[in-house]
Amino acid sequence: MLGSPRRAGVDGDGGRDVEGDADAGSGSGEFAVTLEHVSVRYGKVENAKQVAVRDVSLAFPKNQVTALLGPSGCGKTTILRTINRLHDHTTGRVSGAVKIGELDVYARDTQPEIVRTRVGMVFQRPNLFPTLSIFDNVVAGLRMNGVRKRPFLREAAEAALRQAALWDSVKDRLGLPAVRLSGGQQQRLCIARALAIGPEVLLLDEPCSALDPQASARVERLIVELSAHITIALVTHNLFQATRISHRTAVFLLDEQNSGTLVEDGPTVDVFSSPKDPRTLAYVTGTIG
Amino acid sequence: MTGGADGTVRDPSDILSPEAVARRARIVRRASRATLRRRRLIGNTTRIVCYLALVIALIPLVALVSYTIERGVSGLSVDFFSQLPVPQGVPGGGVEEAIIGTLIIVGLAAVVAIPLGLAVALFLIDRRGKLAATVRFVADVMSGIPSIAIGVFAYALFVVPSHHYAGITGSFALAVLMLPIIVRADEVAMRTVPEDLWDAALALGARPSRVARSVVVRTALPGLVTGNLLAVARAIGETAPLLFTALGSSLLVTNPFQPMDAMPLRILSDGTQADAHLQTVAWATALVLLAFILVVSIVARTFASYATRHAR
Repeated sequence: MLGSPRRAGVDGDGGRDVEGDADAGSGSGEFAVTLEHVSVRYGKVENAKQVAVRDVSLAFPKNQVTALLGPSGCGKTTILRTINRLHDHTTGRVSGAVKIGELDVYARDTQPEIVRTRVGMVFQRPNLFPTLSIFDNVVAGLRMNGVRKRPFLREAAEAALRQAALWDSVKDRLGLPAVRLSGGQQQRLCIARALAIGPEVLLLDEPCSALDPQASARVERLIVELSAHITIALVTHNLFQATRISHRTAVFLLDEQNSGTLVEDGPTVDVFSSPKDPRTLAYVTGTIG
Repeated sequence: MTGGADGTVRDPSDILSPEAVARRARIVRRASRATLRRRRLIGNTTRIVCYLALVIALIPLVALVSYTIERGVSGLSVDFFSQLPVPQGVPGGGVEEAIIGTLIIVGLAAVVAIPLGLAVALFLIDRRGKLAATVRFVADVMSGIPSIAIGVFAYALFVVPSHHYAGITGSFALAVLMLPIIVRADEVAMRTVPEDLWDAALALGARPSRVARSVVVRTALPGLVTGNLLAVARAIGETAPLLFTALGSSLLVTNPFQPMDAMPLRILSDGTQADAHLQTVAWATALVLLAFILVVSIVARTFASYATRHAR
């Protein structure tokens, strides 16, 4: 987890070249997040075969929705969690380089807390703090980062709730326990909580998988709206969701050694209509996965 | 904390404009950076305090165990496990009768308390009414009763009317002591069984009693075993309830209706003597008692972790 990211941090220009190559295919502007040769392995032994994800190089263009698509267990979530260093608290060991803009996420002098003020994350199931009110949940991230001023908290809370299309339904009951809300509202509150700290990047880990179709549709619409100003990485195993709301799609599958690997990435239209890799074709047409 | 009603009427576009969003993000990042050093300091201090607390908590335990080993290990021998006590001043002898007495007394107590505790816990799982709440409360209060009070109770109930001490009266006192612990441990273990499993079994047409037996008890088994064995470990070391009931003996007694010896009683009677040899016997008995409890606890924990690992 320490060696190679540091090298990449020093060798900044080399990283750029990789970005440039990926850029040539998509034709869009700069990248908000870049992964270079990222592998994640679990377990204590260095040479254990438990490589969850192998050698993923992937760039997330700024202010676009990139869907990470693939069957269960192929490392989509693992890749997502490398971006905000959530593996620091598990046995996962990350090698390769991850950059958010110019920030080298795994550099020795990079504090994970600083990384996480630039990256918001929303999980599969709503995970609101059960003892806190709606308002206190929204501003929880701000308080944890040392923001105390009441007017600022109110403004940020209102803005985040409006961005999450939740303001009108909760503005009169901000003091109520957050867990009283419905599942779909709870998930949007989680999105608001992530937005309140003002992240450049939003990581969404199957945010609709625990929601009914109507609530899913609202969250999907929200994702599209948010992508005007924020870069979104969306893990999903729902092919239709990827085609509906993502600009780009990255397809993950298991390789021969049972490790997750990136098979293909590109504009969603291309990946679905004219995939370059036969495995992608098989996956998107439903013959494998 | 009535949000929108904070007096000022804001145009939403003011706070949602890209400039406003960017301005707030800058403020948050600045605050985060400014407080990061302090937050790290608090975090590291907390960690150090926790480690220190761990060390402080371990000191008495380590000291007790090492002192017991130091004083008791010289008294251990094959004879120690296979011989009866000898009169003061005579070398040799052992505490066979105390080891066997403890096994019989605690074994009988467990045979009664474990099924009874499981039945009460099943009742608590099944019912949510006032009676269940009362039973739960009584169990909590009972687990706080001093063990000597339980001993006096058993004494008044059995020994006084019959004019006779007996090992089984000690078993009764220990069962009373274990019961509330077992009830609450079993209930906690069975509460962790997801409601979904109840639904699944009931939807298949199972009677509730069948669900309890085949699904709940089986799913919760590792937790049940652990809780019960810890209750047994607790009972093994109890002295006060046995003072009034089992009394103690220097003879090998296997009839539970006679006065019996037990390891804690042996420690008390030999440890309070001035004779150096008897004191060594007491320390060695204490060491064996510790080993017993250690083994029971380790078996309990191993079973729990083994069963949870193989559950999936």
